Amino acid sequence: MPYTFNTPKDQQAMLDAIGAGSVEELFDCIPDDLRLSRLLDLPPALGELELTQHMQMLAAKNQHADQKVCFLGGGSYDHFVPAVVDAIASRGEFYTSYTPYQPEVSQGNLQVMFEYQTMICQLTGMDVSNASLYDGGSAATEAVLLAMSATKRSKVVPASSVHPEYRAIIETYFTHLDAELTTVGSPDGVFDASELEQAVDGETACVLIQHPNFFGCLEDVEAAATIAHAKGALLVVAVDPISLGLLKRPGDLGADVVIAEGQSLGTPMQYGGPYLGIMACREQFVRRMPGRIAGQTVDRRNKRCWVLTLQTREQHIRREKATSNICTNQGLFALRAAIYLAALGPQGLRETAELCLQKSHYAIGQIVADDRFELAFSQPTFKEFAIRDRSGEVESMLADAAESGIFAGIPLGKWYPELADCFLVTVTEKRTKQEIDSLANSLSRASINSTVSV
Amino acid sequence: MNPEELLYAETHEWVHITEEGGAKTATVGISAFAVEQLTDLVYMELPEVGKQVAAGGEFGEVESVKAVSPLYSPVGGEIIAVNSDLADKLETLGEDPYEVGWIIKLRVTDDSSLAKLLDHPAYQKQCAEEG
Amino acid sequence: MRNPRATQLLFELSKSGRRASRLPASDVPEREVSTMLPAAAIADEAPPLSEVAEPDVVRHFTNLSTLNMSVDTHFYPLGSCTMKHNPKRNERLAGLPGIAHLHPYQPEESVQGLLQLLYDLQEFLAEISGLPAVSLQPAAGAHGELTALMMAAAYFNDLGEKRTKVLTPDSAHGTNPASARMAGFEAVTVKSNAEGLVDLDDLRPKLDDQVGVFMITNPSTLGIFDDQVAEIADLVRKQGGLIYLDGANMNAILGVARPGDFGADMMHFNPHKTFSGPHGGGGPGAGPICVTEKLGGYLPVPVVAKRDGKYSLDCDRSKTIGRVRSFFGNVGVLVRAYCYICTHGPDGLKRVSENAVLNANYLLSKVKHILPVPHGDRCMHEFVASASDVKKVKGISAMDIAKRLLDYGFHAPTVYFPLTVAESMMVEPTESESKEMLDAFAEVLFRVTDEPADLLHEAPHTTTISRPDEVQAARRPVMKWTPA
Repeated sequence: MPYTFNTPKDQQAMLDAIGAGSVEELFDCIPDDLRLSRLLDLPPALGELELTQHMQMLAAKNQHADQKVCFLGGGSYDHFVPAVVDAIASRGEFYTSYTPYQPEVSQGNLQVMFEYQTMICQLTGMDVSNASLYDGGSAATEAVLLAMSATKRSKVVPASSVHPEYRAIIETYFTHLDAELTTVGSPDGVFDASELEQAVDGETACVLIQHPNFFGCLEDVEAAATIAHAKGALLVVAVDPISLGLLKRPGDLGADVVIAEGQSLGTPMQYGGPYLGIMACREQFVRRMPGRIAGQTVDRRNKRCWVLTLQTREQHIRREKATSNICTNQGLFALRAAIYLAALGPQGLRETAELCLQKSHYAIGQIVADDRFELAFSQPTFKEFAIRDRSGEVESMLADAAESGIFAGIPLGKWYPELADCFLVTVTEKRTKQEIDSLANSLSRASINSTVSV
Repeated sequence: MNPEELLYAETHEWVHITEEGGAKTATVGISAFAVEQLTDLVYMELPEVGKQVAAGGEFGEVESVKAVSPLYSPVGGEIIAVNSDLADKLETLGEDPYEVGWIIKLRVTDDSSLAKLLDHPAYQKQCAEEG
Repeated sequence: MRNPRATQLLFELSKSGRRASRLPASDVPEREVSTMLPAAAIADEAPPLSEVAEPDVVRHFTNLSTLNMSVDTHFYPLGSCTMKHNPKRNERLAGLPGIAHLHPYQPEESVQGLLQLLYDLQEFLAEISGLPAVSLQPAAGAHGELTALMMAAAYFNDLGEKRTKVLTPDSAHGTNPASARMAGFEAVTVKSNAEGLVDLDDLRPKLDDQVGVFMITNPSTLGIFDDQVAEIADLVRKQGGLIYLDGANMNAILGVARPGDFGADMMHFNPHKTFSGPHGGGGPGAGPICVTEKLGGYLPVPVVAKRDGKYSLDCDRSKTIGRVRSFFGNVGVLVRAYCYICTHGPDGLKRVSENAVLNANYLLSKVKHILPVPHGDRCMHEFVASASDVKKVKGISAMDIAKRLLDYGFHAPTVYFPLTVAESMMVEPTESESKEMLDAFAEVLFRVTDEPADLLHEAPHTTTISRPDEVQAARRPVMKWTPA
C-alpha cells in the first residue's frame, strides 16, 4: 500500500473516534447480498521496480516513432516538442491541480487558460476561444451542435474531405437527434463546389470543411463561406494549427467557427490521446459555445485577475438545458499548447510550417519520380499528400516499408473504398532529407518486390 | 407603472394590460422581489419581435453569475416590442423594474390565464412566504 | 516561492525580435513557396503571437504554477473529485517512448505491447465492475454517460421500443441530465428522501414503459450507499428499463461491491479519480464504460480483441453505435490507471477503499461537532456538511468558510453541490491523507467557524488575489488579451 498513511495504531484511534468496532463495520450500509464475497480476480500487486520492468517489457513490444521513421499523420503528428514544454508541464502545481473552482488559489491555471484562449484567437483570427475540448473530433461535433443551436436548423453539410473519424462521430451523435447529415463529395481531393451549393439550403445549419483537408489539400475556404452564408448557414472550418504559421487565418476567410486537433502543439502522439480539442468562434456565438472559458476581471483590491466565466452555459447549472454535457477541458494540453506557441513564437511557427511544406513537396518529387506512383489529386498540399500506387498493392507495400523501419503512410481504402490504391503520407519538420530519400527508395523497392512475387 | 395596480404570475412576472379600439396590449416585466432574489444579473436573452408566445410559455431568460431563470409570459400573444436597451443596462431592472425595466409588449390573443394571476396583495403574500 | 514581480501576461513580455526557438535550415532543395501554394492562401505575415526568449517562457510559466494549489502541495478535499495522490511512477511509465511516441494508425503488429495492456485493462475493469463488456474509448465521465445512453437508445430501437425518458436523481451531477438530452431522451428528475436516498414514492409513479434508463450515482453524491439499489433495479427492470451507474464514487467500493452485482446494466469509471490519473488543471480524464453481455454488441468501436495470442482493434461489430471519439481514446490516462491497478492488486484496491472510507468517517466524526452533517453519522468515501445553521446564526456562508480555509493552506471542499443540501460543503479526504492532516483540517475548520463574520466575508486574505468580481467578468466578458 504505497500511497496510504494509516498505521494499525492510527486505524484503531480513528475507529475509536468514529465509534466503530472495525473498518469492516463502516461498510455495514451495503447489504450482504450485494457485497463481493471474494477477492477481485486481478494480478498480484507489483512494487515500483517490478512494475517498471513489466511496463518496459510491454513498451519493448511496440515500435515507436523514435525507432522507426514516422510518415504517418491523419490528425496525429510527429512534430518536435521543445524541452521547455515537458519541463514546465511536468510541474506538479500544474498537473495535479483541478478545475479552478477556487480562483484565489488557481490563478496560475486561470491565467494559462486566458493566455491559451488569446493565442488561439491570434492563430485563427476568431473573436473568442474556449479553454479546449477533448479532441479534434469532439470539437468538430460540438461545433456542429453549436451551429444547429444558433441557427435553429437541423441539417449539417460536411465535405467528404473532412477527417472520416470526425464525420463518424457526428454521425453517431446524430442517430438519436432530430438532425440530418448530407455529405458532399470531393472527387478531386477538395469539396465539389457545385455539389455543395446544391446541398446547402434554408434548412442548413452549417457547412463543415477541413483546411488543409484530410488528404492534405487546401480548400477554397472563401468559396465555402460564400455558399454557406448565402443561405444563412454557418461555416465551420477544421484546421491544422501548424499550417497557420503560413496560411491565411480562417477567421480572415469567413469562418464562423474554427476547430482543430491541437495535438500538433506540443503533445506527444500517445496512440491517440489524450489530445486537445481547439474551438474558437465569432463573438455572437459565445453563449452557445461549450466548455470552460476564462475571463478577466478584478478582485476586491482592484487587482487584475482571472475567473471561469459565462458558467451559466454549462451543465452544472443548466442541467438538461445545457448547450453540451461537457464538464472539463483538457487543461494540461492547453497548457502544453500555450508553452509550445510561446516557445515557437511567430517566426518559429512560420519556419516550422515552411519546413513541413518544403520537405513534403520534396518528398512528393522523390516518390513520384518512380512512375509507379502519382499524386492522387492535383491540388496544392501543405504537409500531407495522397499517393496512388498504380500497381494497387498499398497494404503489402506499406508492410514491406514498415519491415525496413519506415512507417510510410496510412492506407485510405478503409475510409474511401474508391481510394483503395492510395495512401496518405505526412512529412513534418522532423523528417530529414535522408529519411525522405529512404522512404522513396523503400516504396519503390517494395512495389518492385511485390510485382515480382506475383 | 404602479406595482400595486399590476397582476403577477407565481413565477414573478408582472403584466399590465391596456386596451385600445378593442385590441389588448400587455406589457410584461419581472418584479422587484424577483430581481432581488436573482442577485446580480449579468445577462438577459430576449426574444425577437413577431414571435408567438403561449400563456405560461417561455419567452426569454435572465442569468446571474451562477443561475439561469426562464421568463414566462403571463398571457398569450404576439410579441410586438422588446426592450432591447435592457441587455446592456441590466442595472435598470434593479432600479426601476416596473417602468424603464419593462421587458416585452404583446398583442394579446389569449388572456384566459388572467384569472389565475395574483393581484398585488396576494403576490406580496407569496413573496413573504418564499423570502 | 511566489515571485511578487511576476504579474504580467506573456503578451506583455513580448518584444519584437526575441525568440525562444530556432529551426534548422531546410536540408532539402528549397523552392519558392509561391510555386507550391496559391498566393491567395498564404498569409502576408506570421500570426501575431508573442515574441519572447526561452528564459521568459520558463520563468513566466513556472511563476504561474506557484499560484496554484495542487495535490502535490496541499490537502485538496474537493468532494466528488477524488483528489488523491498522483503516483510519480505512473508519469514516468506513461512517458516511456514505447508508449508515448506511438502513432494511432501504426500497424497493429507494431503496437502489440500497448494493445496487450489495453486488453488487460478492459479485463480488469470488467472484473472490478462485474460487467463483462468494456469500451475504453470515451474521453471523460460525461462522455461515457453519453456513450452508454446512446447504446441504450440503440438497444431499445432494436427491440422496437420507443422509450423517451431518462430518470436522474436530484442529487446527480449536471452531466447526467445534459447527457440524457444529447442522447435524445427527456430528462426527468427523481426526488431524494430525507435520508438522501432515492425517494421510492417519487420514483414509482414516474416509472413506466417510457423510461429507458434510470441513472444512479451509488455511492451517492452525499457519500451514502443507497441500499435500495437492488429494489430500484427490480422496479426499473419490471418496466423493461436499464440501470446506469455513474461511477464517480467508485473509490468507496473497490473490491467491496460490484455495480454489476447490485443491479447496474451500464456504468462508467473515472480513472482520473478512482485510479489516480492526475487532473491536469481540469483534464485530461477518461470515461471507460462497462456493460452487460446483452449490451456489449452496442459498444463503440474500436474494442481491443485477442485471438490466438495476437491483439487487434475490432472495428467490425454489427450492432455498434459507431465512433464517439477520434483514434483509440485517452490512452495516456488509461495507461496510468493500468499502472495504478497493477500497483495495488486485489488486496491493495480493497484497502484503498477501506482507507478512503475510514478517513472520511474519521473526518466526519470530527466535523459533525462543528457543522451539522444532515445525512447521518456514517458515510462512505465523502460526506456533505451544511453551513446553514452558522449562516442563520452568524451570517457566514459555506462560501465564506471555503474562502477562509484557503488562508490556512487547505483547498476548499466542494461547495453548493449537491443542490439538495443548503449551504453544502462536500468533503472527500481520499485514502492518501494522514490522520494528522485530517486532525489539522478539522481543527482549522473549528477555528474558522469561530472567527468574526467580517473576517470571513473578506476572506481569503493571504492568497495572491482577494475574491474576484465574477459579476463584472460575466456582464462584460473579456476572454482574451488585446493590445492596449
